[in-house]
Amino acid sequence: MYFDSVSAALHMAGHGVYVWSAYLITVAVVAAVLVLPLRREKAFIRQLQGTLKRQQRDKSDASGT
Amino acid sequence: MSASASQLTTAQFCARLLRRQLVLAVRRPVEIGNPILFFAMVVALFPLGLGPAPGQLSGFAPGVLWIIALLSNLLTSDAVFRGDFDDGNLEQLLIAPQPLYLSVLAYIGAHWIITGLLLALVSPLFAVMLNLPAQAIWVLVGSLLLGTGTLSLLGCIGAALTVGLKRGGMLISLLILPLYMPVLIFGSAAVKAAVLGNPAGPYLAILGGMLCLAVALAPFAVAAGLRISIDA
Amino acid sequence: MWSFFHKLGSPPWLYKISGSILRWLLPITLVALAVGLTWGLLFTAPDFRQGNSYRIIYIHVPAAVVALAGYYIMAIAGAVSLIWKMKMADVAMKACAPIGAAFTFVALLTGAIWGKPTWGAWWVWDARITSMLVLLFLYLGVVALYEAFDNKEAASKACAVLSLVGMVNIPIIYKSVDWWYSLHQPASIKLTGGSTIDSSMLYPLFWMIASFYALFACAMMLNMRVEILQREARTGWVKRLALGGASRGAKS
Repeated sequence: MYFDSVSAALHMAGHGVYVWSAYLITVAVVAAVLVLPLRREKAFIRQLQGTLKRQQRDKSDASGT
Repeated sequence: MSASASQLTTAQFCARLLRRQLVLAVRRPVEIGNPILFFAMVVALFPLGLGPAPGQLSGFAPGVLWIIALLSNLLTSDAVFRGDFDDGNLEQLLIAPQPLYLSVLAYIGAHWIITGLLLALVSPLFAVMLNLPAQAIWVLVGSLLLGTGTLSLLGCIGAALTVGLKRGGMLISLLILPLYMPVLIFGSAAVKAAVLGNPAGPYLAILGGMLCLAVALAPFAVAAGLRISIDA
Repeated sequence: MWSFFHKLGSPPWLYKISGSILRWLLPITLVALAVGLTWGLLFTAPDFRQGNSYRIIYIHVPAAVVALAGYYIMAIAGAVSLIWKMKMADVAMKACAPIGAAFTFVALLTGAIWGKPTWGAWWVWDARITSMLVLLFLYLGVVALYEAFDNKEAASKACAVLSLVGMVNIPIIYKSVDWWYSLHQPASIKLTGGSTIDSSMLYPLFWMIASFYALFACAMMLNMRVEILQREARTGWVKRLALGGASRGAKS
């Protein structure tokens, strides 16, 4: 490791704020880019499940009466 | 677009299309006047915003004049295909035997004559109002003549892609403005060079090159865009 | 070759294969990113002129490189869908736009943050920054155009045309912005200078560029999978998938 201590790594001779915020924003955007489609996929499958189950129920109700 | 359209040669067909667009425009003089009026009004805004000092104004004048020309071109390009889309003429054009590339070029040519050419011709008046040095005025006219052609071609791509949409007005500027930037850069650079007494020829040549490229390629994109919009 | 091409056009096959690729590519990408970030952040020596702020290069440059490449991937996918009417190319094109916009945004934002300690200003009308801004506009234009159409098939065709137009224009825009900057370059601003980067700084940079490409691929496949499911919602295989997921969910 280049830095001697954690505080030196955080401070980075005055540039720490810039460097760390840039890295954090990047990590946040990367996470968003990966997580958002995954969540959309889950939500879509759940929604489709609901629709399909409702259709099945309607069908069995109709045949039962 | 008469019933005898199929008997016309392509050149005649395009000439008629061009004449039709021009006649339509002349019948509604307001449509021709609006871009120029817009140009005049925005020219009046700049001294109000930047201060009336003549030296300062003439420094900004090349860029200001070019940006206004660009904006008035943008605002009018939205309407190029709108009327013909609404009344179904555009569909007739798409199924006509003449190549769409050339008929689209006729539309774009008409648009350029109504906005670009006219703006270029009246621009010396506004250039004088903004204290642009006399030696730069001819370069301004020349750069506008070449540059607005490219702007019309690019603007019609946006118009063709958005003509089927109800809320196309704002969208077209989002699509097209980034593509306008090279023209703006070299157009205003040509005028600035003339202000400083440098040769403006190279810039005009680059503008001409852009125009050639746009004439060669843009009508294909416009034609594709029209087909998509009609199908949608 | 052609059978592969045909398979590529089949939604269920693409859904399945992307799932099995992602199963190993996604962890590898995340590890590579983590390694690259720590490497750049903690284990490289600072630049002798810019100090520690130069560490931003390890995210700024990869994001910019991949954002630009993403536009070309999008435009090529658009061309494939226009020419061969391949629906899955359409899906790929649509998946690129939001990711590319996100990467461009990262490049711009990190560039601004880098600019503050280096140039003393958050925003400088530097040629490369301006070009990236234009690239962001181009991406957002594609997204906006897609959203404006109600008919999604027409939307993707229109976006394909627009991205092709953009692809032709990008080199012209870049060259003109470059030239414009060289004309107006203020004397007070010095760029990082020639490419005299030490190789110890170069290796993590290449590492990060490779990981960002992998990240782009992962994000693109994830987006494509959602899009495939949405487009194929009425087909049997998607219904079976949804119901299969339901039974698995019930068991656990």
